Amino acid sequence: MIFGAGVFKGMMVTLKNFLTSYYRDRDNGGIFTVQYPEEREKLAENYRNLPFLVYDGAPDQIRCVACGICERECPPKCIHIEMATDAAGKPARKPAVFDIDYSLCMNCGICEEVCPFDSIYMDHTFEITSQAGPRSLIRGKEALARSNDYFRKIRPAMAAAVDQKRKTAEDKKKAAATPPPPQEIK
Amino acid sequence: MENIGSFIDMIFVTAKAWILALLGQFLPVWIVVLASIVISGVAILCLGPVIMMYLTLLERKVIGRIQNRYGPNRVGIWGLLQPIADGIKMFTKEDIVPANADKLIHLLAPIMTVVPALMIFVVVPFGRQMTAADLNIGFLYFIAVSSITILPIFMASWSSRNKYSLLGGMRTAAQLISYEVPMTLAAVPAIMMSQSLSTNTIVLTQAGSFGLNWFIFTPWGIVGFIVFFLCATAECNRPPFDLPEAESELVAGFHTEYSGMKFALFYMAEYMNAFTLCGIAATLFLGGWQGPFLPSWVWFFGKTLALICIMIWFRGTFPRFRVDHLMAFAWKFLLPLTLVNILLTALWQFTSASAAWLFSIMILAAMLYMLVKLNRVFVPEKRNYVLAD
Repeated sequence: MIFGAGVFKGMMVTLKNFLTSYYRDRDNGGIFTVQYPEEREKLAENYRNLPFLVYDGAPDQIRCVACGICERECPPKCIHIEMATDAAGKPARKPAVFDIDYSLCMNCGICEEVCPFDSIYMDHTFEITSQAGPRSLIRGKEALARSNDYFRKIRPAMAAAVDQKRKTAEDKKKAAATPPPPQEIK
Repeated sequence: MENIGSFIDMIFVTAKAWILALLGQFLPVWIVVLASIVISGVAILCLGPVIMMYLTLLERKVIGRIQNRYGPNRVGIWGLLQPIADGIKMFTKEDIVPANADKLIHLLAPIMTVVPALMIFVVVPFGRQMTAADLNIGFLYFIAVSSITILPIFMASWSSRNKYSLLGGMRTAAQLISYEVPMTLAAVPAIMMSQSLSTNTIVLTQAGSFGLNWFIFTPWGIVGFIVFFLCATAECNRPPFDLPEAESELVAGFHTEYSGMKFALFYMAEYMNAFTLCGIAATLFLGGWQGPFLPSWVWFFGKTLALICIMIWFRGTFPRFRVDHLMAFAWKFLLPLTLVNILLTALWQFTSASAAWLFSIMILAAMLYMLVKLNRVFVPEKRNYVLAD
């Protein structure tokens, strides 16, 4: 072993890193940096960020029935729901007010887990900064509504499972509504 | 072809002569002499800061690549305007002076660091006939002026009234004084062989055919060059010898209490020192501006930049020395090696070529073996304490 060989070995390592940074890709010793605003990392499907409300068809037909379970379960209490009433003053099964304070939300995803109506899910957006102060981060019902297509786009596997579940539930409901065909008695 | 080559080679010299001739038409002689000084001075005063600015960018880029990142690339194409953005930032920063600082010395220190760094440029031969002042004691002047840099650094550390600063200053004093000894002795062979202290003459003796008779192609030259280059790295406080400003131990060492433009001046001095030291190393051992085909100043800047890239490469590779290792390396390894190297140079001069190679390599090998053996770390045998249990 020659004295000082370790020095050259170390220098060769850094030289190799320097040279490979010009022609290798990032997984094989190339540059790691993702040039953020221009390039983006692909988000994992189960990446979760701020919640949104799913609608089928028109944007005012959100699935939410204003049951308030998410409101009660939300740890930082960032959800505020008021149930709508119909013309007769009876409670309608949809929210009049559905506000989420994005400045308070801690992205835990509990609302998504507890919702029995498959109406609230976690989004993939994270660029919500604004200069208008924390008040501007309170999002109302209209701002939170996203189509089911959007949900299918960002989280295909989850959306497919949910659609499947809803379809079977609907089929069952239909089957229950229509009387079963009379069975032949032998 | 020949004409174009020599024209590009002498372009700066011709430009200066042309300006002086123009002034000579209608101005007295003494003003022309003054103008000659002013032109060289202004060229150096512009060159120094520009070199510093782009060395910082080069360093950040290369270090970035070594660490698998891009480095600055947002301001301008390839980040080429980054140094200007940094400069604007530095100018707009608040200038903070500690309450108990020695205000006058605290102000003087950064100014005084830049002065010797710029003064060294005077004797650096940038190309054929492109030495600002071809002093006959050029190298001595370089050693004298570069050793002044210790003083402002110590002034800065003392006047800041900060323990980290003071520790950094103490370390600087110890390190720079130690490394100046082997650095000077490492350069002695080159001076012996060229029989002159003038940097221009040292370059001229390395001409040979094709301008390739560089001192580094001899055994004493390569040893001298390596020792000189390591010492130069230590002299300008660059990693792995950056103990004076060890950020993990001393916050920032001597410039802990500096901000804004004063801080920038320390950086400027450091990078200009790095450049001039690399330039002098190239002058002494790599033939300065000597070289075939290309214009002389291209050769000089190419060699100097290559050496600076090696310094940056060092920074990207090595962890910092420990204080005692640093001192031991200078006094117990480099110093004896340079002394033997001087002897070797004398032998080389007075023996025939093949015998000289044989002698030199034998002596160097024996010397290296001995120094490594002598510098071996003493590890005491593990003792068993019989009565302890």
